[in-house]
Amino acid sequence: MNAMGMTITEKILAAHAGRDEVHPGELINVRIDLALANDITAPVAIKEFEKIGVEKVFDRDRIALVPDHFTPNKDIKSAEQVKIVREFARRYGITNYFEVGRMGIEHCLLPQEGLVLPGDVVIGADSHTCTYGALGAFATGVGSTDLAAAMATGEVWLKVPESIKFIIKGKKWNKWVSGKDIILYIIGKIGVDGALYKAMEFCGEAISDLSMDGRFTMANMAIEAGAKNGIFAPDEKTRAYVEGRARRPYKFYYSDEDANYSEVYEFDISEIEPQVAFPHLPENTRPISEVGTVYIDQAVIGSCTNGRIEDLRVAAQVLRGKKVNPNVRLIIIPGTQEIYLQALKEGLIEVFIEAGAAVSTPTCGPCLGGHMGILAKGEKAIATTNRNFVGRMGHPESEVYLSNPAVAAASAILGRIASPEEVE
Amino acid sequence: MTIRGRVWKFGADVDTDAIIPARYLNTSDPAELAKHCMEDADPTFPAKVRPGDIIVAGKNFGCGSSREHAPIAIKAAGVAAVVAASFARIFYRNAFNIGLPIFESPEAAERIEEGDEIEIDLNSGVIRNLTRNEEYQATAIPPFMQELLAAGGLINYVRKKVGKECIR
Ligand code: SF4
Repeated sequence: MNAMGMTITEKILAAHAGRDEVHPGELINVRIDLALANDITAPVAIKEFEKIGVEKVFDRDRIALVPDHFTPNKDIKSAEQVKIVREFARRYGITNYFEVGRMGIEHCLLPQEGLVLPGDVVIGADSHTCTYGALGAFATGVGSTDLAAAMATGEVWLKVPESIKFIIKGKKWNKWVSGKDIILYIIGKIGVDGALYKAMEFCGEAISDLSMDGRFTMANMAIEAGAKNGIFAPDEKTRAYVEGRARRPYKFYYSDEDANYSEVYEFDISEIEPQVAFPHLPENTRPISEVGTVYIDQAVIGSCTNGRIEDLRVAAQVLRGKKVNPNVRLIIIPGTQEIYLQALKEGLIEVFIEAGAAVSTPTCGPCLGGHMGILAKGEKAIATTNRNFVGRMGHPESEVYLSNPAVAAASAILGRIASPEEVE
Repeated sequence: MTIRGRVWKFGADVDTDAIIPARYLNTSDPAELAKHCMEDADPTFPAKVRPGDIIVAGKNFGCGSSREHAPIAIKAAGVAAVVAASFARIFYRNAFNIGLPIFESPEAAERIEEGDEIEIDLNSGVIRNLTRNEEYQATAIPPFMQELLAAGGLINYVRKKVGKECIR
């Protein structure tokens, strides 16, 4: 009998379930390559883990604990939470615990450290774990209890998702369009539950031309369409990225020609302008030309969506020789210490400080309204982050607009949401 | 087993930041979290919710972050169950894992109004609206997840599974 074709997602899941094939809708148990938690989710996971009554974790090299949300600890409560995580890491000999000064925002850090690789199954107690799909891995967010069980057993139960294919064709890119704009555009089309429970598979000419950093940005926001995972077929760019980082074998998987998709969307890159998502949902997108006049109080460039070196380069390109508007606070947060250092070596940090921006050590910080740039009542911010829910960056009556780093930088200069073309 | 309670109604796409704002996530204490339950969707909710009440909402309930603090806050606030047109997937898993009963029914989500008295049969998923004298059927819970519930949540399920090899 001829087996039907499988998608990349199905193939990775089948391989980790020890099966030849899996089908959408099946509940399966899969072996995981890495489990991740942070300073918010790990304490809950640790409490649950301790109820299980095992003496050790499934593999001390395959758990990553990254305190990044409220670190450097913003208050006593946060310090207590991180202490729980640190002590757990010591007690169980967890290799990949990342302390302040050697850390980064988890989804920038793990790929950089070669801890997540093509063909992996990765679960994380953080919804943006889907970021690693950029490498051709199956990666999905779970809750703390799921993570606790996985730390004990090295396995997780999953429902095999249906896949949606997004073909982005064309070669004619608008100069300031990035991965962020493609994913915001898609979410604008399909809505915040447009891919609920499903896998979003991205392909096409424009995707081949997209950098790894751009792919991380796109995969990162798959959850903003309700997806279980976002995924890219690995290629030479993927290989170049993982070479020198990987310390264990990895495998490239590809979707079959006759694989099954619940839906197929096709867009042309030339139709995509820089996008801005208006409050209070990422689906409220508008092309930059239709934004109108929106004055801002703050601009944030950073997060697991857009805190990578390419993002900082684009921001510096726009900000070089310019000044931040007197009415605006510009906050720039490199995603990891390595990215920070690279930006320093390239002179980007100098550009930012000369422009009048505040540059911070890596942290999630304002992205989730944690610290380092909280909004007051009625204030508006443009941010390169991934969520603009009510109260996400501070007061419930503040507003967050989402964009790419170039638009955020241009907006910081002009004091209103603006296209980088206006400051060129 | 059935539960019966008074309904608080919410709209579509209620996100985890609305359920429990991140500014309170520097603790994982359920009682602390309950004090801010649904605060950014309705600031008066923590004060007015009473044990046994039921939340009914539109599509994509619990979208956003993976924070288990969201179902924990709801449960700790005394809410007996959540009925929604659909749930975001991580919230759905988390609710099962921590033992917060949830039911998916677009019809119930549409018909039930704030203040209605409803009764839910936990096994069959039949939802009775006592105020309006109507009945709705929630989506069946997959057998594997029923097994999880029967075991008393994921942690107990795993305890049994690993028990043989490596129990202390
Ligand atoms: S940067 Fe923002 S979205 Fe990313 S992990 Fe941190 S809080 Fe979550």
